[in-house]
Amino acid sequence: MMNRRMILIRIGQMLILESILLLLPLIVSLIYQEWSSLTAFAETMGITAVLGILTILLIKPHSQVIYAREGFAIVSAAWILLSLFGALPFFISGEIPNYIDAVFETVSGFTTTGATILTDVEKMSHGMLFWRSFTHWIGGMGVLVLIMAIVPTDSGRSIHIMRAEMAGPVIGKLVPKLKDTAKILYILYLVLTVLQAILLLLGGMPLFDSAVHALGTAGTGGFGIKADSIASYSPYLQWVIIVFMYLFSLNFNLYYLLILRKFVSVVKNTELWVYTAIVFISSAFITYNIFPVYGNFHDSFRHAMFQVLSISSTSGFSSADFNTWPTLSKAILFLLMFMGGCAGSTAGGLKMSRVMLLSKTVRRDIGHLLHPRSVSAVKFEGKTVDNNTIQSVSAYFVLYIFLNACTFFILSFEPFDMETNLSAAVSCVNNVGPGFSVVGPMGSYEGYSDFSTVVLTVAMLFGRLEIYPLLLALSPRSWFTRSNIHRRRPA
Amino acid sequence: MNILVVGCGKIGSTIVASLVEEGHNVMAVDNNPAVLESITNIYDVMTVCGSGTDCDILAEAGAADAELVVAVTASDEFNMLCCYLAKKMGAQHTIARIRKPEYNINSLSFLKQQLGLSLIINPEMLAAKEIHNIIKVPSALKIESFSGRNFEIIEIMIGEGSPLHNIKLMDIRSKFKAKFLVSVVLRNNEVFIPDGHFVLRQGDKIGLTGESGEIIKLLRALGVERKQARNIMILGGSSTAYYLSKLLIETGHRVKITERSESRCDELSDLLPKAVIINSDGAQQEVLEEEGLNTTDAFVALTGMDEQNILISVFARNKHVPKVITKINRPELSEMARNLGLDTVISPKKIVSDILVQYARALENSLGSNVETLYKIMDDKAEVMEFNVRADFKYTNTPLKSLKFRPNLLIGGIIRNRKSILPTGDDVIMVGDRVIVVSESRRLNDLSDILQ
Repeated sequence: MMNRRMILIRIGQMLILESILLLLPLIVSLIYQEWSSLTAFAETMGITAVLGILTILLIKPHSQVIYAREGFAIVSAAWILLSLFGALPFFISGEIPNYIDAVFETVSGFTTTGATILTDVEKMSHGMLFWRSFTHWIGGMGVLVLIMAIVPTDSGRSIHIMRAEMAGPVIGKLVPKLKDTAKILYILYLVLTVLQAILLLLGGMPLFDSAVHALGTAGTGGFGIKADSIASYSPYLQWVIIVFMYLFSLNFNLYYLLILRKFVSVVKNTELWVYTAIVFISSAFITYNIFPVYGNFHDSFRHAMFQVLSISSTSGFSSADFNTWPTLSKAILFLLMFMGGCAGSTAGGLKMSRVMLLSKTVRRDIGHLLHPRSVSAVKFEGKTVDNNTIQSVSAYFVLYIFLNACTFFILSFEPFDMETNLSAAVSCVNNVGPGFSVVGPMGSYEGYSDFSTVVLTVAMLFGRLEIYPLLLALSPRSWFTRSNIHRRRPA
Repeated sequence: MNILVVGCGKIGSTIVASLVEEGHNVMAVDNNPAVLESITNIYDVMTVCGSGTDCDILAEAGAADAELVVAVTASDEFNMLCCYLAKKMGAQHTIARIRKPEYNINSLSFLKQQLGLSLIINPEMLAAKEIHNIIKVPSALKIESFSGRNFEIIEIMIGEGSPLHNIKLMDIRSKFKAKFLVSVVLRNNEVFIPDGHFVLRQGDKIGLTGESGEIIKLLRALGVERKQARNIMILGGSSTAYYLSKLLIETGHRVKITERSESRCDELSDLLPKAVIINSDGAQQEVLEEEGLNTTDAFVALTGMDEQNILISVFARNKHVPKVITKINRPELSEMARNLGLDTVISPKKIVSDILVQYARALENSLGSNVETLYKIMDDKAEVMEFNVRADFKYTNTPLKSLKFRPNLLIGGIIRNRKSILPTGDDVIMVGDRVIVVSESRRLNDLSDILQ
């Protein structure tokens, strides 16, 4: 049976943390003297803090032990509640009057998707815009990992929570202690974010814009604060964002290895090079393809790089309306949506390492058809991958395709063209943000009915948590497995 | 502290568990990915899959920065090579498990010196020593000694009709005319550090500190101490049985070993000419009775199977053998064994992990007062530690009554110049003393930790 009390305690901690994190947008509202958003934040802070503290005070666990299923349950429940409460400021302040839309916007934030239902983003208050981008930053690395980094934890079993929350096929620790690993990851994350904000400031971007864009890039989210996203900023600022979208879609372990001066391990990382190669090759194709549109190499290359990295890192910023680009460019961008960034980054999608593992497995199996008696191992990063991992990656791929297909099918009831629905489904499942046609970079998801909005919201959560946690948490069997025989309590 | 544990078998995983609990940064190396996976699922460790004698693997596991490397794979030679390599790569201290008798008899200190080992552990030998200690004082459930071997802590159970029942601690010493201290009491699975007003009850498990002679005196006065156990029957001819028999024969006991394998019997009879070796399946009750289970003073079950040890021990207990000692490796089974009425349970891997915890704690503070010895007592619910008082301890020469101690601990004794003191309020701690502290599972690293 589930250790429900431990689940509740973790969720209580999460609520308290959310209340503390809301302090930042509250301060922003205070600076810009936006009183209605200020009260909205304050009320939400109050509600989450009271609920969180009550949970922690009232619940005393029988045992600290949690297993994989509790890990899944904690992560699913925490993310759902985080979003439901995170949507309150939008709703209370009336800036997004429909609660379902507010939840969509918040989930889109926490899952680092960046899809929006807002038609005129420039009308929003500064506090709300900041909170929207801040949710990207919180969701990028994971809120429970943040709790792990700052709250003294008791047992090593929290690894189950980390595995469920962090994206990628295999989660490795950087140092023996989970808490220290979580701390290192968050410090790296923070340092890179601040660095980007400084570089943006130096390029003449206003402080508020720099902060918001740095937060959005770090989480590979992609909420902008202008109707045309990044298009109206200078080429220098666009290049800074390009570089940081690239950096945030790489495995964070590599930065730690750099700090440890283990340069050889970084250079030998094949995922890094394959990802980089794909980014450059795609950009080269698109540059060639859109050259007639812009007429000069520099603009074409910059826009190509920006869009390629924006999609492959699953950020979803845009420096140009790629909706108007030729079909080849759009096709490349559409395919990049599936791939996503490297494992261990804040990016969404299938993840580079899974794509590599899958293609290597396929190659092995084809070889096996030619030479039925052959024995060959799948090697990845210099190590043989055991069959369990291959199996779970293949199973994940099947579920992933199924998730994309289901979302697409349900959306097809809407009166939009197929390009819109397909790209909206894929974009949300992979946490990219913009799609094509109606949901393109200059459009929004506003036209979808409430039902479809809920479906897309759920799809984003499934995509961010990599399907399994939610799937298992939603299955009644993981909650209600009880023995039929009445047990006597030991004296 | 950064600790690298190579080999995650039965002993390795216990070591990992207790070192993690102590708060160390533990890296585990093993070549079996399934074992490593189960370890990462339970404990907060980082693992590296591969051979512990592969320099790349050792480097990946951070041997160069490790303060302590522990090699506990099944192979002695592998452990030695692993420690040697780790030491050369920059590890500060290395501990290897070496258990083949040939290494232990002749070449041990030479090996230790040449390989730069800080410590060699031989779980079988350690278990044998502990069992030997218990057989010397059969009424004790557990007996551990401190520096100089003269001062001891001993666990006894207050049985039915014991004169200790319903006695206030402040009256106890005058009644029994022996110098000792009741340092800790386990009642209903709860540990108490008692004061003078504490009243003992039947069914309590108590921990006594005192000089060996005084404790024997008390046990005689209590009437629980029978004559020395003379005839010892050992079930199973493992290496623990061999070490134990050797120790017992040296101290003049009569030893009888039953062992199933004929070839092992031949070896044992060659190694232990004075012992009686019986080649038969010890699980057969008639054989045990024929070989005099009824007249034996102590029965020790040392086969490789926990279940068999438990069952035959229960059988021996039912035949009223005065002292039954059971070796159990799996911790969940030792809990069950206690429920079946087996009070003296020995677990080699617990002994080893206690030693490592103690070693790691001593390493952690090379300054100040040092942890000299550490034992877990009262079913692991309390700890008893021996601290070495160095010159920089601030409260030397201050009467104990004017020091503010933390709750739930007490000073069980002070050893000064080979003499021991049972402390009263007027006693002082002096430089060079060894202070025995009994504490209710509070992690103490330093003698100053006992003060508020």
